[in-house]
Amino acid sequence: MTALDKKLLRDLWDIRSQALAIALVIASGVATSVMSLTALDSLRVSRDTYYRENRFPDVFASLQRAPSSVARRLAEIPGVDHVEARVVSPAKIELSGYEEPIIAALVSVPVDRLPGVDRLFIRRGRPVDVGRLDQIVVSDAFAGIHGLSPGDRLGIIVNGRRRMLTISGVGASPEHIYQIAPGSVFPDFEAFAIVWMARETLAAALDLEGSFNDVALAVRPGASVAEILAQVDEILAPYGGLGAYDRGNQLSHRYLSEELRQLRQMATMFPAIFLAVATFLLNVVANRLVGTQKEQIAVLKAFGYSTGAIGWHYLKIVLAIAVLGILAGTALGAQLGKELGELYMRFYKLPYLVLVISGPMVLTAGGLSALAVALGTAMAVRRAALMAPAEAMRPEPPARYRTTVLERLGFGAWLSPASRMIARDLERRPAKTALSIVGVALAGGILMMGTIFDDSFAALVEIEFRLAQRDDIAVTFVEPRGIEVLSELRHLPGVLRVEPLRAVPVRLRAGHRSYRTQLEGVNPAAELRRLLDHRHRPLDPPATGVMLDDFLGGYLGVRPGDTITVEELTGRRRTRTVAVAALVRRYLGVGAYMEISALNRHLGEGIVFSGAALAVDAREKDAVYAALRSRPGVAGVVVRDAAVARVRETMGNNMIVFAIFASLFAATIAFGVVYNYARISLAERSRELASLRVLGFTRREISAILLGELGVVVLAAIPLALVIGRALCAVMMVGLQTDIVRIPVVVDRDSYAYATAIILASTALSALVARRRLHELDLIGVLKTRE
Amino acid sequence: MPVTLHPSVAVFRIAGLTKRYDMGEVVVYALRGIDLEVFEGEIVVLLGPSGSGKSTLLNIVGGLDTPTSGAVWYRDWELTRAGDSELTEYRRRHVGFVFQFYNLIPSLTARENVAIVTEIADAPMAAEDALELVGLKDRLDHFPSQLSGGQQQRVAIARAVAKRPAVLLCDEPTGALDSATGIVVLEALAKVNRELGTATIIITHNADIAAMADRVVLLSDGIIHEIRRNETKKAARDLHW
Repeated sequence: MTALDKKLLRDLWDIRSQALAIALVIASGVATSVMSLTALDSLRVSRDTYYRENRFPDVFASLQRAPSSVARRLAEIPGVDHVEARVVSPAKIELSGYEEPIIAALVSVPVDRLPGVDRLFIRRGRPVDVGRLDQIVVSDAFAGIHGLSPGDRLGIIVNGRRRMLTISGVGASPEHIYQIAPGSVFPDFEAFAIVWMARETLAAALDLEGSFNDVALAVRPGASVAEILAQVDEILAPYGGLGAYDRGNQLSHRYLSEELRQLRQMATMFPAIFLAVATFLLNVVANRLVGTQKEQIAVLKAFGYSTGAIGWHYLKIVLAIAVLGILAGTALGAQLGKELGELYMRFYKLPYLVLVISGPMVLTAGGLSALAVALGTAMAVRRAALMAPAEAMRPEPPARYRTTVLERLGFGAWLSPASRMIARDLERRPAKTALSIVGVALAGGILMMGTIFDDSFAALVEIEFRLAQRDDIAVTFVEPRGIEVLSELRHLPGVLRVEPLRAVPVRLRAGHRSYRTQLEGVNPAAELRRLLDHRHRPLDPPATGVMLDDFLGGYLGVRPGDTITVEELTGRRRTRTVAVAALVRRYLGVGAYMEISALNRHLGEGIVFSGAALAVDAREKDAVYAALRSRPGVAGVVVRDAAVARVRETMGNNMIVFAIFASLFAATIAFGVVYNYARISLAERSRELASLRVLGFTRREISAILLGELGVVVLAAIPLALVIGRALCAVMMVGLQTDIVRIPVVVDRDSYAYATAIILASTALSALVARRRLHELDLIGVLKTRE
Repeated sequence: MPVTLHPSVAVFRIAGLTKRYDMGEVVVYALRGIDLEVFEGEIVVLLGPSGSGKSTLLNIVGGLDTPTSGAVWYRDWELTRAGDSELTEYRRRHVGFVFQFYNLIPSLTARENVAIVTEIADAPMAAEDALELVGLKDRLDHFPSQLSGGQQQRVAIARAVAKRPAVLLCDEPTGALDSATGIVVLEALAKVNRELGTATIIITHNADIAAMADRVVLLSDGIIHEIRRNETKKAARDLHW
């Protein structure tokens, strides 16, 4: 090892605590990046592998019913590789000992051959056997939560008839990675199951022998999906086709894609902030280091070391810190990424997770970090290396101070000598002061990003479930029912209030954009299901026109007064142009709304309802469930309390993990910035402070000078941190907006207080360390050495 | 090792050297047209009060600073026309420096402080040998903070001579030392000069030190007032101040 490298190691050891603090900040940035990218790539590769191996379809369509011969016509469309005609149906499951309603989606599978698309992944047991028409395969998440195994029997109510069926296997399919019951936004593996059964069995139960009501297509590479969609629609139109759609509109695929998009955003946004702070810190430290070693640099030059060699030496010190941070961050990030991937798999039912820690990705993250810190320090090193040796060895002239603005304004008399020293030092180097304030403020801001979810969820639940959806139970019917159903429901014991619901699947178009959703009827006198305006006040539905939630309005690019095309996907399948009457505020799901009698007039099917919202006496809830479950016409039952719990559980789990990381990393940054500031101030002023001690100042007095400066920086940073935090939260929430959920930006006092407390705690800790060093000042030594 | 010296061969030729500092509204002349030759193997003492221009002259001769006008030749190479990389090369191969405040690297031991120079030199002596030459064989692994001022300065001399430079430039080498320690340091310089034949320029404002020189150059206000040849050189140990 060369002597210069030994110097490097010893210099590093000398600044080890600062180096460690910076390495931690870099590690945090790299870890978030590698974590998100590992999770992202692992999930993506797992999904793609699963899609490929289990033949995820390219085109989907539902319809009323069509004879099997229609499937052959679909297969003749140019570019279509394979057609799988299926029978699907909603159903209810009875499970002894489990009182809550369980909804099932039944999907037919061929038993005599492997399906050309959407092949089951059998985790346990076996597929449905040929000739065993009473067998089913159930989704693994549902089976897992209820402890079901092959051989167990389940009661399934389909089309009003109850059948006992035997589980032959537990499995999954690429079409159902995200599993949600109709009308839900979040998965509920306890109350929703996918059940695959022999096509003959299901067709018989639904009186659909020789027919199908759902189809999935595989498309040849290079074929135009848009053209195939149009032709499928044309062929299926006479059979009650509900509009074909591609992967982009397939529920499970769409949700998973959105999730991956968010992950990608997390993988870029956070590391960028962390690295910006780390670059700043390294810049400060390198400047300081180069400043204190000016003479050593001059000596090295005097003895014939070239500018390049000296520059490289200092760059190596900085890079050593960066590499330490990058290695630690990569190791931590890879581990966290695996865990994050597994966490995602609790909601996204991939059968396996292919762990991908790609070399290029880690190298990119590492290379970017190294580049950032190298740039951060290049200037300092350059300045030092270019200095003429004779000049560098000359004692530095006294730093140029001047009276501060405060003093020039005449407030000087009110400042003690110590306060003047603090004020002049802060003002002498405004850039350093400003950057330090911004660094601390950024840390505080990131802290708030970690805590905002708590407040925002509370607000979301409050708005969605106390102001908008206030029903205890929502029921959907298998088929639209007449007005008499309302009085039937009202007469159930325990039901306090009944409000009709009407929803039809539609495709909305505005210009070149379109979106498939439900058009829901809204009752003007509603107490249980209300629309809210952007200030969360109940909104009376206008007598005509359609209302969109603001996410959908933004997606379609329309505002009140604009018109959109509403294409019914059931019934008469008419297409009409309707004015947008208002935008409403919703945080869960996406929808379009219309005054309920206007909707019925629009549909021209008389006064019918597709569901009802109920207010139920809390004591009678169980009885109401039981009554609803036994009704053949009921397709689904959503219990509000369970829905609220699910929102909390789903969002909570994901976000709490994120919040913990963000808080931890932000606390690291806060400490890193404050600690470095304290140490550098101490190093720069040790001579001055020691002189003061020699002149008779007490330790307390010199501590006040050093820590006073720190205090001013931190106090100035706190309000800025709260502003930056609020802004970062808003930016993040915009990025996290999806069809599933939009999180309101609600920051309450707790969050502000938390960010402030952590900044103050970091400051206190740094101050303690700095104070200890202040007490160890070598008074004589400092005065003897040349500056 | 026998050294063949040619006392008539000039190591440095300095002609009309001027250095001006513009300090805002004030113009200060550090050197006002210096002419001087320094020969192989001789000890030259530059004597003068502070501000007389000694350090500036030494820095220019050592390639650490550039003159406002005039020229300096090292043998037949004009260093005042050289660029940064040539000067770096010149310092690396031919010149050794000793500074008033030692300028050791605090994070390196005595041996490593010497090694930092020998590692980039062409035919250096071993760091241990260089330290033995200045009487510090038993302080090889001490850090600067563990050495007295005189010991630190002797490490600096070892560091300067370890690469066997043609010239040794010493800026107030005893300036920060008491006289007894200073004499030990001067003995080390004399020994190096004797044994290696290194042309040595010593800056001092201490007239007593002049007695150990072959020639004494008296400087004040940036002008050479007198060049005196000592007919009998005193040994460093016989000096006192």
